[in-house]
Amino acid sequence: MIVQGMTGAEGAKHTKRMLKAGTRIVGGVNPRKAGEVVDFDGHVLPVFGGVAEAMAATGADVTVVFVPPAFTKDAVIEAVDAGIGLAVVITEGVPVHDAAAFWAHAVAAGGRTRIIGPNCPGVVSPGKSNAGIIPDDICGPGPIGLVSKSGTLTYQLMYELRDVGFTTAVGIGGDPVIGTTHIDALAAFEEDPETSAIVMIGEIGGDAEERAAEYIRSWVSKPVVAYVAGFTAPEGRTMGHAGAIVSGSAGTAQAKKEALEAAGVRVGKTPSETARLLRELLG
Amino acid sequence: MDLHEHQARDLFAAHAVPVPHGLLAVTPDEAHAAATSIGGTVVVKAQVKTGGRGKAGGVKLARTPAEAREVASDILGLEIKGHVVREVLVVEASDIAEEYYFSFLLDRANRTFLAMASVEGGMDIEEVAATRPGALARVPVTHVDLAVAHEIVTAAKFPPEVADGVADVVVRLWEAFVAEDATLVEVNPLVRTRSGEVVAVDGKVTLDANAAFRHPAHAELADVAAEDPLEAAARARGLNYVKLDGQVGVIGNGAGLVMSTLDVVAYAGERHGGVRPANFLDIGGGASAQVMADGLDIILNDPDVRSVFVNVFGGITACDAVADGIVAALGMLGDAATKPLVVRLDGNNVEEGRRILAEAAHPLVTVVDTMDNAADKAAELAAVGV
Repeated sequence: MIVQGMTGAEGAKHTKRMLKAGTRIVGGVNPRKAGEVVDFDGHVLPVFGGVAEAMAATGADVTVVFVPPAFTKDAVIEAVDAGIGLAVVITEGVPVHDAAAFWAHAVAAGGRTRIIGPNCPGVVSPGKSNAGIIPDDICGPGPIGLVSKSGTLTYQLMYELRDVGFTTAVGIGGDPVIGTTHIDALAAFEEDPETSAIVMIGEIGGDAEERAAEYIRSWVSKPVVAYVAGFTAPEGRTMGHAGAIVSGSAGTAQAKKEALEAAGVRVGKTPSETARLLRELLG
Repeated sequence: MDLHEHQARDLFAAHAVPVPHGLLAVTPDEAHAAATSIGGTVVVKAQVKTGGRGKAGGVKLARTPAEAREVASDILGLEIKGHVVREVLVVEASDIAEEYYFSFLLDRANRTFLAMASVEGGMDIEEVAATRPGALARVPVTHVDLAVAHEIVTAAKFPPEVADGVADVVVRLWEAFVAEDATLVEVNPLVRTRSGEVVAVDGKVTLDANAAFRHPAHAELADVAAEDPLEAAARARGLNYVKLDGQVGVIGNGAGLVMSTLDVVAYAGERHGGVRPANFLDIGGGASAQVMADGLDIILNDPDVRSVFVNVFGGITACDAVADGIVAALGMLGDAATKPLVVRLDGNNVEEGRRILAEAAHPLVTVVDTMDNAADKAAELAAVGV
């Protein structure tokens, strides 16, 4: 794994953390610091001028992006052009035209790069790997797969279910335009033999949860429980996440809950009730 | 950020989209002067960021400057769906032959943009979409040149005599949409005048706040006068705060967790006299003592707040650091802190965090072990009052 923006404050802080969690980070990318090395508590990592160069030198197939919002579009396009398999975009505050542009670029390139984010906490498989900013010490491995728009709600549910454990938890981000969606993650969990139950966390804005409900109805055989945040959010106000906004009658938590329940998904009223529902399903 | 009609109009004009001649007025006399300078019949339009202005008496025709003064004095100060009218736009009355609808907006589902067009303009487009979906063309777009604009015009079945004129405006609206980092550009109505011109008579624009860093001029478009004073104070301190109408102040880390906290407080309120959350406040992952103090300061200054619920999950930031932050924040606020605080900590190093709060034994602070129980306690305290 490489880190774009490894030499910045956030990038450095989380590179150190991910190394400590056992992630195999082999270098960073910063065109202005190419050729330098950075010492993270004894892990000495090289800084490369570009993603293609870093991949050629190290064999990396994952990049975690911490570069500032103004440079995120170019960083992701560079990673796509280099043909990397997975780009996890942590950066918050990316203009939506930029996210749409790098998504269109990734699609035009043939979809060989899976993008997670932007404005996401990343993806963790406890005990195996940690790409992003999800704390690795909340819980251990287990049979649950989790997909969420929200970082702290991901942590909350991992904590509530820490005695059961997770195969993978993926935070897909709270922006209006994101790479990997709830549906993409549900499809991956359905195929993963180690995952036996799924937690899906949504929030107000857009209709991703409604579309996920339709997908679950047709394609997901594993038990799914869901939680939706934002029942008390007023219309027309952005609640922290750029995508978390009820517009007119569209994007309400109630509509999402109803769509999920109509697809046979049990929806918890609170995070703790959601955890309880999952335990019931696991028996 | 949603723009006022007059701001949208200026933005269209800057991108060479034809708009009617118009002037902004904040007093009846200014409306008189504007109508005199424009000449002929004018329309006086309330500048509020909500629909249904016409029905609420916020849009009126004036044949003379004296009439413009009169209707402006009726409209200024009017309250439309909770928005007080502080400005009116005085525009020349268009010689309308036909009204159309056009917009560019974000298509979240397809991670791209959408052009929506209809020859049935001038009315509520949600109603057109619901009752006659065939009358509204939806065309996904990633880039719009003249050829794409003509495809949209054809899909929406615009009459041949306006096809070129509309396509031209569509290209310019796309240029505005991209250049200004908009997430919505809507023209309703887009008008064909009797002389055959295509004019954007009324417009709505939403700008992407995430793109503010490359649009320094957009800061001037913020409606400071209409902003809630607590929201303005929070924004000045860089806090992510939304004022709501309840009694339980809420502070948490992470947008999703805070939205969830509001819901859990509202459920708890059902058992305690119907109290509700007073605000949304996300202090983010870092949660330093200073940020905690700033957040508490805003919330304690809200006269509606009767109790405060601090709901933090220690992820990257450990709970002991958060607890230190709360203790330090209460120290900084001193006697200004007067309302009961219910604190729920979970996650990284929670035992040490709870120990720090227990040791500080601040008389206003109650530590509760779970989110549900803490919400219940905060609602109970708010229902009792101070």
